[in-house]
Amino acid sequence: MEMLLSWLSGISLLLGTAALIVGALGLVRLPNLFSRIHAVGMMDTAGVAFITLGMLIHEGFSLISVKLAVVGVFLFFTSPIATHAVAQVAHRSGFSPVTPVKEPRRAQKAAKKSAKKAAAKKVAKKVAKKVAKKAAAGTAAGKKTSTKKTVGKKTAGKTRA
Amino acid sequence: MMMVVAFAGCGVAMVLALVRAAKGPTPFDRLLAVNAIGTLVILGIALHGFIMGRPEFVDISILYAVINFIGTFAILKLFSTGGLGDRGGKARVTPETDEG
Repeated sequence: MEMLLSWLSGISLLLGTAALIVGALGLVRLPNLFSRIHAVGMMDTAGVAFITLGMLIHEGFSLISVKLAVVGVFLFFTSPIATHAVAQVAHRSGFSPVTPVKEPRRAQKAAKKSAKKAAAKKVAKKVAKKVAKKAAAGTAAGKKTSTKKTVGKKTAGKTRA
Repeated sequence: MMMVVAFAGCGVAMVLALVRAAKGPTPFDRLLAVNAIGTLVILGIALHGFIMGRPEFVDISILYAVINFIGTFAILKLFSTGGLGDRGGKARVTPETDEG
């Protein structure tokens, strides 16, 4: 039983340490603020929870272990709140989670192709719109001038849809 | 034994977080790193107590947890409103109506 407990404690301490180091590496290596927040979240939950659990198992049941559990629960609830607040304030002050990323060459080529296609589509749409507008103008000319605007709008909406 | 390994891991993670705090291009990066360092210090104090055979150090780590939480929010409030007071550093423009 003693053996088992010490093994369990050691394993959870190791897991917690691994989570901490992985989170810290992510904090250094990841490219942008919001992905770094993701890495810190890993540290704050998995790392703290596993290390506290390891110490709890090591200690057994006593006043110290109750205090450790208090620390663990407090951190488990407050760290995500603090991280969320950081993200919220950053977002409100103008940082966007979506930033242009330098892509690998293949992806860039594909993006160029799709952009060309989109441009061709745009030209086709413009032509279609012009035709529709001309048609609308033709029909509106026959009616009263007050309904001209609404008719034009309607047809424009239809062609867009 | 594992306690010592975890303590060393905390130290390594702290150094990495310190690198980010020194490098971080935005204040939010620095704040994030400092918050992570605070969490690591809490864990480190508790682990140190266990390693040295004085687990009463857990009391201190409870205190550090509370301070870390409040400190992060104070800095965030300073960022978002420009002050730490009731109205976030801005003078009251209109007389406040009594609420509740």
